[in-house]
Parts: sequence; C-alpha cells; structure tokens
Amino acid sequence: MRVVEKMRAMRSDRNLWLAALLVLVIALAVALPTAGCGEEEETTTTAAQSSTTVAPETTTTAPQTTTTVAKSDLILASTTSTQDSGLFDVLIPAFSEAYPQYTVKVVAVGSGEALKLGETGDADVLLVHSPAAEEEFMANGYGVEREAVMYNDFIIVGPAEDPAKIKGMTDASDAFTAIAAAEALFFSRGDDSGTHNKEKAIWKEAGITPEGDWYQTTGQGMGETLTITDQKSGNTLADRGTYLSKKDTLSLEILVEGDKALFNQYHVITVAEATNPQGGTDFLNWIISAPAQELIGTFGIEEFGQPLFVPNAGQAE
Amino acid sequence: MGVFWDSIKQAVELLFTGDAFVYEVMWMSLRVAGSATLLGMVVGIPIGTWLALKRFWGWGAAATVLNVGLMLPPVVVGLFVFLLLSRQGPLGPLGLLYSPTAMIIAEFFIAAPVIAAITMGGVASVPKDVRLQAMGLGASRRQSTWLVIREARVTLLAGIVAGFGAAISEVGAVMMVGGNISIGGHNLTGTMTTATMAKVRQGDYAMAMAFGLILLLLAFVITFLLTRTQQGIRRRWLQS
Repeated sequence: MRVVEKMRAMRSDRNLWLAALLVLVIALAVALPTAGCGEEEETTTTAAQSSTTVAPETTTTAPQTTTTVAKSDLILASTTSTQDSGLFDVLIPAFSEAYPQYTVKVVAVGSGEALKLGETGDADVLLVHSPAAEEEFMANGYGVEREAVMYNDFIIVGPAEDPAKIKGMTDASDAFTAIAAAEALFFSRGDDSGTHNKEKAIWKEAGITPEGDWYQTTGQGMGETLTITDQKSGNTLADRGTYLSKKDTLSLEILVEGDKALFNQYHVITVAEATNPQGGTDFLNWIISAPAQELIGTFGIEEFGQPLFVPNAGQAE
Repeated sequence: MGVFWDSIKQAVELLFTGDAFVYEVMWMSLRVAGSATLLGMVVGIPIGTWLALKRFWGWGAAATVLNVGLMLPPVVVGLFVFLLLSRQGPLGPLGLLYSPTAMIIAEFFIAAPVIAAITMGGVASVPKDVRLQAMGLGASRRQSTWLVIREARVTLLAGIVAGFGAAISEVGAVMMVGGNISIGGHNLTGTMTTATMAKVRQGDYAMAMAFGLILLLLAFVITFLLTRTQQGIRRRWLQS
C-alpha cells in the first residue's frame, strides 16, 4: 500500500514537472522568434498602456535577399478616434513603403495624453485634434513644427425617441441648450481628448455649465462611450468616423450635423524632445505631401460610401 | 525632477489633502471587490471542500473546470457579463449594466474560482486520518468536515486574499461592465484600476499615481495582516 502511495505521489510529481516544462516550452516558443531572427522586426508593444493598439506592419521585404536596413522606431502618438476609424491601417503601410527605415508604432490615446507623451519625449510625432491645447503645447516649446493635415466632423447622436427634441437642428449649441433644458441623459468623454475639448467648447458657446444626474462622464474612448450611450439611451458628441464604423452595433441616430462649429481640425506636430527627430520630420513632410493627402481623401468611401476625412494640408483653415 | 517623482509627490499630496474623488473611487473599489470576494467565499469554499473530500464520477472533469477557472482571462469574463447584461442580452431588462452590481458579478467570476481552487488544495492536504479519527471519536459527518476546514484555515485565508487580490486588481472586465462613469466629479462606477487607466489617458499622471499608491499600500497591509495571522496560527499550533 505504501508503495502504491509513493508511486501515486511520484506520478503527481511528474505531472507537476510536466506542467512546468510545458509552461517553459511555451514561454521559450514565444520568446525565441524575436530573439532569434535578429532583425528589428519585433512584435510591437507600446509602453503606454494595455489598450493601445498597434497598426499592422507590412512585412514586404523579402527575408534573405535584401540587405537589412537598420530600422529605427518611430513613435506616433495619436487619438483613439483616429485609430478606431481605421485610417492608420491605410496610412502606416503606405508610409512604411516610402520610408522602410522606420518601424512605426502607433500609440492611440486621448489628445490630452498624446500631448503629454510629446511633452515627456515618449513620442516622436503627434497627430492630434485639440487646437487650443496644441497651441499651448507649441507656446511652451514642446513642439517644433505644426501643420494642418485634415479635418472631419462631429455629430450629436442620440436615441430615435429623441427626448430633447433636437433632431434636425443646425446649430450645435442650440442642441446642447435643448439637451440641458430637457435634462436628457448626456455622456461626456471627460478624458481631455479632442472630442471632449470640442464638447466643452460647445457648452461654453451655449453658456451652460453642464451638471446634474443627466450629465455623466465615462473617461473612456469614443468607441466605449458610444456603446455606453447606446446602452443607456443617452446623447453624446461623437466623431463621424467612429460612429460610422460602429453603426451596425448601435441603435443611436445622428440627430445634429453640419454645423461649422462641429468641424474638427487635425494637426501633425513634431516633438522637440523626440528620440527620433528625423523620423518625426519625415512623417510630417510625408503626411502633408500630395500622395498621402489623396489617400486620406479617399479613405472610407469604399466601406461607408463617404470619405471620413477631408485633407486640407497647406490650406488656410 | 521628471515626471516620475513629480507625479508621486502630487499623488501623496492628493492622498493627504483628502481629495473627495480619490476616496470615492477607493471606497467603490473596496466595496465591489469585497462583495465579490464574500460571494466568492460563499460559493467557492463549499465547492472546493466538496471536491477535496469526495471522489465521484466526473471528478476529474470538475477539478479541471475549476483549474481552468483559475486561468480565466478577466476580459473574457467581462465580455460574457457585458453581453448577458446588455440591453439586447438575455438579462438586459434588469438594467444592471454600468452599475456596481454588474461589476460585482464580473469580479465574482474572477474571485470565486481562485477561492475554490485554493480551498480544494488546502482541504485535500489535511491528512485523511484527521477526519477518520474525528469520526471514530463520534463526530458527525458535518462536524468532521468542519474540523478539516478549520485545519486548512491558513490556506483558506490565503485563498480568500488571493481572490480579493484578483478582484481588486482587475481592469478589463470592470471597465467593460462598469463603464467608469462619474457625474460632475463624483464617482458612480469608477474603480481604482479603471480610474487609473482613464487618468493616464488624460495625461493626469498624479491622480493615476495616487490610485497606484493606494493599491500598493492595500496590497502591503493585507499581506502583512495575512502573514501575521499565519504566524500566529502556527505559533499556537506549536505550543499546543
């Protein structure tokens, strides 16, 4: 009996060892390819946070035949709404083709954090849409160059029942006034993002300080905020791109659109404390060049039947 | 002196000046993780004990399921609970999404398997003779089971703490089902982890660091108390 017990113990011991071995093998299998192939083509991880996503990299170079170019990382901090729209899936591969020497890492955060990453030198180039904050950023000497790239527009969305009766209004601040008067549920991003700043600007325009149980803050990205607004049948200010890309899962409708105040200008900014200043400058010059501008102007037509962004580099705003 | 020390300094200031928002969020975290752990104990300890003491057809499968529960990716839990509670989901009419209750449900599924699995290990490691002897001395089945649980209490305690730790440090699931919502600077469904993420997104590193420090402090205090308790139990054990 004792022998049997001992054997059983040994067997469970062996199982434990096998499990440990398995974990080790998996760990090695994951770790080795990056260490082994020597090229700088590591799977891109970003330092900022877990939710940051990275645009897929094109690995167009033939493995052995081409001489490997020394690649350097280029960190582009941009906004979640740009990322969510899918624009980078088109832009980054095109840029990588033109400038194969850079491995572009996109950190998608709110404009507030994007600017902060520029301030601390954790990003090389920014693509953001928070004009007031950007100007302050430039004034403080954190940026080198700032150029207009494109614009898109915001829309006010809400449930079909439209409790605040704002459908069809052409003035954003009138619509916000009606929402506040009706105390219709409104979700604010509350994350210092470009969208949030735009929202604050409209409240200011309307002369209202939004407060009360109807005015709630998510602190999250546009996609998440749209989901919450939809689930709670509220209103929110969204960029058209994110709304269109999520439209199938939402029962929210566009209630107000077309007001000039809802236009949203994007700028590219090169960072003063950049680790890769040359890369930042190359990106800036590329994105305001004609080929990139054309890419931007046609993006979205195929999927949504309308472009999501209007390129306007070099034009008076 | 750089963003790192600055944010720590400001975080300490926030903690000591008694910033209302920080304390609201801390309280919400403790409330949600605490409730989830309590529910996890109510469900997890009996299941763990039962699996440790009984052998039945399908035991292997049940134990495997429990161990899978240990590795349950929290975001998957979040996704399931989200889709269940979503307006279009089966439990949608209850209107629980984006409430503390929703977060407790999600964290329960994260904490309960941890508590159950560690309970199973702890109870199974109590020598069989203890139970047999107790029953031989006239203890009822229930009394003898209780005795075995008591014998395993140090491990059980560790399991409960591990469950609480898993619940309070979770981000993805509570973000999905809680929504990190606040009303006019007052917290509604934010927890320390989701608020940290949101604050980092805004570039408000000081506030984020304040939550980080609280979480660290909490981990330290709980581990300290646990270790003291374990030492106390062991000492008494040696004396008797």
